[in-house]
Amino acid sequence: MSEVIKLKKGLDIKLKGSAEPVMEVVPVPSSVALKPTDFPGLTPKLVVKQDDVIQVGDVIFYDKYHPEVVFTAPAGGKVASINRGERRRILEVVISTDPGSGSVQFRQADPQNLSAEEIKEQLLKSGLWPFIKRRPYGTIALPQEQPRDIFISTFDTAPLAPDYNFIMEGQLETFQTGIHALARLTHGKIYLGVSKTSVFTNIKQVEIRQFTGPHPAGNAGVQIHHISPVNKGEVVWTVNPQDVLFIGRLFETGKVDFTRIIALTGSEVEQPKYLQTILGTSVTSITEGRLKKTGYSQRIISGNVLTGEKVKSQNFLGFYDAQVTVIPEGDEYELLGWATPGVKKFSASRTYLSRLFPRKNYILNANLHGGERAFVLSDQYGKVLPMDILPVHLLKAILANDLDKMEQLGIYEVIEEDMALCEFVCTSKIKVQSILRNGINTVIKELG
Amino acid sequence: MKFLKDFFEKTEPLVQKGARFHWLNSVHDGFFTFLFVPRSTSQTGSHIHDYIDLKRTMSIVVLSLVPALLFGMYNVGFQHYKAIGELVSTGFFSLFIYGLLKVLPIVVVSYVVGLGIEFAFAQMRGHEINEGFLVSGMLIPLIMPVETPLWMVAIATAFAVVFGKEVFGGTGMNIWNPALIARAFLFFAYPAQMSGNAVWVSMGKTDVPVDSFTGATPLADIAAGNVNFSVADAFFGLIPGSIGETSTVAILLGAAILLITGIGSWKIMVSTVAGGVIMGIILNLFAGSTGLSPESAAFFAMPFWHHLILGGFAFGAIFMATDPVSAAQTEKGKWIYGFLIGILAILIRVINPAYPEGMMLAILLMNTFAPLIDHYVIQGHIKRRLNRAKLSA
Repeated sequence: MSEVIKLKKGLDIKLKGSAEPVMEVVPVPSSVALKPTDFPGLTPKLVVKQDDVIQVGDVIFYDKYHPEVVFTAPAGGKVASINRGERRRILEVVISTDPGSGSVQFRQADPQNLSAEEIKEQLLKSGLWPFIKRRPYGTIALPQEQPRDIFISTFDTAPLAPDYNFIMEGQLETFQTGIHALARLTHGKIYLGVSKTSVFTNIKQVEIRQFTGPHPAGNAGVQIHHISPVNKGEVVWTVNPQDVLFIGRLFETGKVDFTRIIALTGSEVEQPKYLQTILGTSVTSITEGRLKKTGYSQRIISGNVLTGEKVKSQNFLGFYDAQVTVIPEGDEYELLGWATPGVKKFSASRTYLSRLFPRKNYILNANLHGGERAFVLSDQYGKVLPMDILPVHLLKAILANDLDKMEQLGIYEVIEEDMALCEFVCTSKIKVQSILRNGINTVIKELG
Repeated sequence: MKFLKDFFEKTEPLVQKGARFHWLNSVHDGFFTFLFVPRSTSQTGSHIHDYIDLKRTMSIVVLSLVPALLFGMYNVGFQHYKAIGELVSTGFFSLFIYGLLKVLPIVVVSYVVGLGIEFAFAQMRGHEINEGFLVSGMLIPLIMPVETPLWMVAIATAFAVVFGKEVFGGTGMNIWNPALIARAFLFFAYPAQMSGNAVWVSMGKTDVPVDSFTGATPLADIAAGNVNFSVADAFFGLIPGSIGETSTVAILLGAAILLITGIGSWKIMVSTVAGGVIMGIILNLFAGSTGLSPESAAFFAMPFWHHLILGGFAFGAIFMATDPVSAAQTEKGKWIYGFLIGILAILIRVINPAYPEGMMLAILLMNTFAPLIDHYVIQGHIKRRLNRAKLSA
């Protein structure tokens, strides 16, 4: 078989509430939304107004600086509201769905018979382009650029992450169609990162690389680093496996179909399982009646516990998220919590008894378990980052706003998800991901 | 404990900015968070966080110091009764209680002065109180000779906290190990009181020492040319010396705690010991060379491994060199940093008889150079990354 890349560093956080391999089809939600806030650095320009009637695939907004990059409606119906935040920043465009509404017709063709330009145009027009992200920076790919390679990780190692082997059941042909389309967009290769047992090994037109090891072995960023790292001036693209399906469906049917399978997980979920719904669905449509009834407050996360976004029941799921996790909020005081033996307390360090008596899985809440401090310990981050990067020094370069150092220490290779575990294990409770994003934003601003 | 929580919650508005007791804010926060882990939850980034925090970390370091502290108390009593010739007739508990009464005031002074200054600085800066001093406050008494006057302990602690730590921005920002700053301050500011043979063994004004009593530490003796100590005594710690540094056994117990929990860097411990051993062997090799005074020759010839159980070497290697803030912060740098500490400690100890205790100076020196070591390690890392880029281009 293909080459196996064994990673040692990292950490598997075993949480309670992983999804059973059971699929439930959720009825079309009464409302869905597109959120410009899901795209770091995007300045949206609205195309629709409130009460406009729209079809699936109609343009909702576009990128002010790259007008060809459009974002289209995942469901037809009526624009119910445009919610704005501070300084009239657009937060959500909410669509109240109408099951009877039609769908915009795009070209139906085998991508192997189309030119790169035709494929690019189809992806741009249909609003599927934003599913292609670029490294460095983890932002939406630029239409004019030619990626060195394209990387797709077909397994997710994050806590409670969905199993793509299960999700892909019966959809591998569509996946293959999507790969054919993507293959036209690069002169390089498409690398597929697979886990030990994978249904993706028969996919054609790709280079397969097997990865073993704890999280973040399933992150595209980590896989890129070990297959062929991104250097200054180079660009590669990444796509999530389910989003390859969107591309495949578009060419197979000529229509955009944003049906997505998400894993509903977490210790607060009555029956963790897979739900078939559509992109941007309302949180209520996922959680209502499916959570445990408790006396304490719960936190709903669109995404996984390391990188997801905190949402409330009136909000909507994120554009890229294939997972919803519900954990206890943990907004309670704990008497002398730092001094307890901690048999139930999961820790990557060896300072709690849970290390001696490991459990199968743990319930973790959203409490910080301590106050924020300056950097004190120096070897924690490196143990959970399987990359040739000095994480603390990179973060310090960002805090010092030292652009040269940021470049030299490898800011082009990482995005938030790659260093999320550093934030988890941090004794000083440093906000690693937000510091890193600030650094990336600075680099984008200064160097473009 | 609910009433305590209620009390802190109720008084919280009173200590906010602009409120009547705003100057107590940091103190309030310090005690509240000490008793109760706050209920603050993650607002950005990762939703879940490890249960470890700085309080846990620091309390484990303090725990690892407890064997050395308890043994130090016992040894203070032991040395006292040995000096006055009543060792045989005195029981274990009398020895321990004697030492306890001698050592406890030093611990109290160190904590009260140090934490007082910490609280004041935290309030001035509007910061939360940092846990770093919980460890420094315990380290300072352990590296003091037992007869250090309390006022000196107070001044040294104050100097260390203000000029060793707070001027740099508090825990995490300091360049030198604060506890060693306290020790070095006394060493250089009060040399008459801090060296010689009068400070290592606790003696009352009316106590009459036995004839053979000198009060000197083995290292001072050796530097003067008399190598006469029992290896077993040095290993178990029944020799005169700073309060916590004499017992290699107690220090190894602490090391075990630090290593099992992963709080102390094994790389620094191993490389420091390796450096000490290698320097000891080198000196052994030169012991026969001409031109050495008889005293030096004897010191040169001392079996290299004796260095590990004498003086502050073991204590320094386990508890001082491993301070994560003042040590090198890169993994490669830790090897270099520890190794050089070991080399320098033994070198200073043997070559310069004015400083029989070279460990303190060696660690402070390498603290100073740690950023430089890191700099070169990072430059090497950057160069390797650049090469990678060139290769692929």
